[in-house]
Amino acid sequence: MSTRMELASTVVEDAVSPGPSAGLAGSAGSSAIFEIQDLNVYYRDFHAVTDTSLNIYQNEITALIGPSGCGKSTVLRCLNRMNDLIDGARVEGRVTYHGIDLYGSSVDPVEVRRRVGMVFQKPNPFPKSIYENIVFGPRVAGWKGNFDDLVEETLVRAALWDEVKDKLENSAFDLSGGQQQRLCIARAIATSPDVVLMDEPCSALDPIATYRIETLMRELKKQYTIVVVTHNMQQAARVSDRTAFFSVDVGEEGQRTGRLVEYDMTDRVFTAPSMKETEDYITGRFG
Amino acid sequence: MLETQGSLDLSGDPRRLRHERTVRRVFLSAAVFTILVSVAIVLSLVGEAVAFLQSIASEVEEGLGSLFADGWFPRRDRFDLRTIVWHTLAVSGIAMTVATPLGLGAAIYLSEYAKPGVRRVLKPVLEILAGIPSVVLGYFALRFITPDILRNIWDTTQQSNLMAAGIGVGILIIPLVSSVSEDAMQAVPRSLREASYGLGAKKWHTSLRVVFPAALSGIVAALILGLSRSIGETMVVAIAAGATGGSLLQLSPLNGGQTMTGAMASLAIGSDQVAGGVAAFQSLFFVGLLLFLMTLVLNIGSERLVRRFRQKY
Repeated sequence: MSTRMELASTVVEDAVSPGPSAGLAGSAGSSAIFEIQDLNVYYRDFHAVTDTSLNIYQNEITALIGPSGCGKSTVLRCLNRMNDLIDGARVEGRVTYHGIDLYGSSVDPVEVRRRVGMVFQKPNPFPKSIYENIVFGPRVAGWKGNFDDLVEETLVRAALWDEVKDKLENSAFDLSGGQQQRLCIARAIATSPDVVLMDEPCSALDPIATYRIETLMRELKKQYTIVVVTHNMQQAARVSDRTAFFSVDVGEEGQRTGRLVEYDMTDRVFTAPSMKETEDYITGRFG
Repeated sequence: MLETQGSLDLSGDPRRLRHERTVRRVFLSAAVFTILVSVAIVLSLVGEAVAFLQSIASEVEEGLGSLFADGWFPRRDRFDLRTIVWHTLAVSGIAMTVATPLGLGAAIYLSEYAKPGVRRVLKPVLEILAGIPSVVLGYFALRFITPDILRNIWDTTQQSNLMAAGIGVGILIIPLVSSVSEDAMQAVPRSLREASYGLGAKKWHTSLRVVFPAALSGIVAALILGLSRSIGETMVVAIAAGATGGSLLQLSPLNGGQTMTGAMASLAIGSDQVAGGVAAFQSLFFVGLLLFLMTLVLNIGSERLVRRFRQKY
């Protein structure tokens, strides 16, 4: 583990030093939280993702981009074992979290998800009050403490406190779409996770709400590690430190299998991609 | 291009138009007929019920006081409503005590825990239970629940008793309760379950704290539907609760007694058939109207309740 982590940080430094952005230097010391090796995911007979290997680093935002059906959401959902909920899903290869095999027989997905939170494509607050949405996670985890303080602290951190402090007992559905999504982010960080996974968090939002979420993501990465799936390449370029570009191979019978094409520092991927496929996609010549 | 020299005709084929009109009339008359029948039933109930009150007021010695006499013995002009209403409530209460935990438990299992394959098999099986004729369940209560279960627990249990009838009715409405509430739980969007699991909630928490409350309006509707059905159920109580001819008010459910429906059934059939007694015959309609009002109030109440509890998602 330790040698691999050292290896990983050397890679980071190599990648950063020639780059123009000094802001990335802070991530030079970060270490890999997730290591994905030779990941293959199947839904029954359907091979969704093939031979993917990549590392996710602490306190960074990692973006997974690529065309529809390229398996980026599937890879994301392997990181907190959300794929377990899908009947017939099967994962091969190795996904480690802080060196522990996530798919090991002694791992309880409930424990994983308490450390690796998730925000979904469509805002999905519970049909409960704002307050109850925030305390749900800590409560089911058996957390003991002052819930009022927790709610305030969490909402402040999610930059939502000023907008909702006077209506905590109102239904979460009274909020606008963008506010609902920030509430979902707040709900995810209320359990003090280590990592927050975001599956196209802005795809249902307008540009202003999107801008707010991106600002929030940059703020949150100081404390959390974020992995975001996005369709929006500008978003990946704006917020992420690293970008993984996935593509789709269409088989003879039309079956679509996702494959990791390139994974590098975001600057590199967007300015000097090493693969022609990446360049084609980024410049809009895809397909 | 079409030539429009005054010959362009957009008025449509008259045969097709006539056909549309006919179809519309057929469906309209079906709807009107249904409504008319319902209205006619209610009117006849009300008419006979009023006639019943008038006849006991004028012809029976105790007058309207006979509605609160000792026991329900229509052929002896004793029409104690408390007796049959209480028995009905007792049977329904027992039925709901049986059907609520079992029905909701089955619904939660089917909706949240069962694997799709298991569900595909179990759900139809449960719905077959709904197809068991109630007369069969009546004899099941009389010949199995009473002698083999109740008498083993309480040896003073009478041959016909409200408890056995209540359990029988409860079994009868389990499929209704479970099927309707399972549909309500299935309608809860997957995204809410994912949100819950994503926060590290166990299945138990997800089912009870997310899915159940989100489906509450449908679940309440299912329970009220079950309650209405249990109040109106006739065959099981007529067979298992027994007491033909009439009954005294029984506080213990281990004794036999007539419910509202049971009283009506025994007035209408068998050796008790009302031939001459005018008031006894009319009491049928009076009790029928009362039953109708009870279920009406329940349905309106449930509508209100459902609207108040409704969680939009």
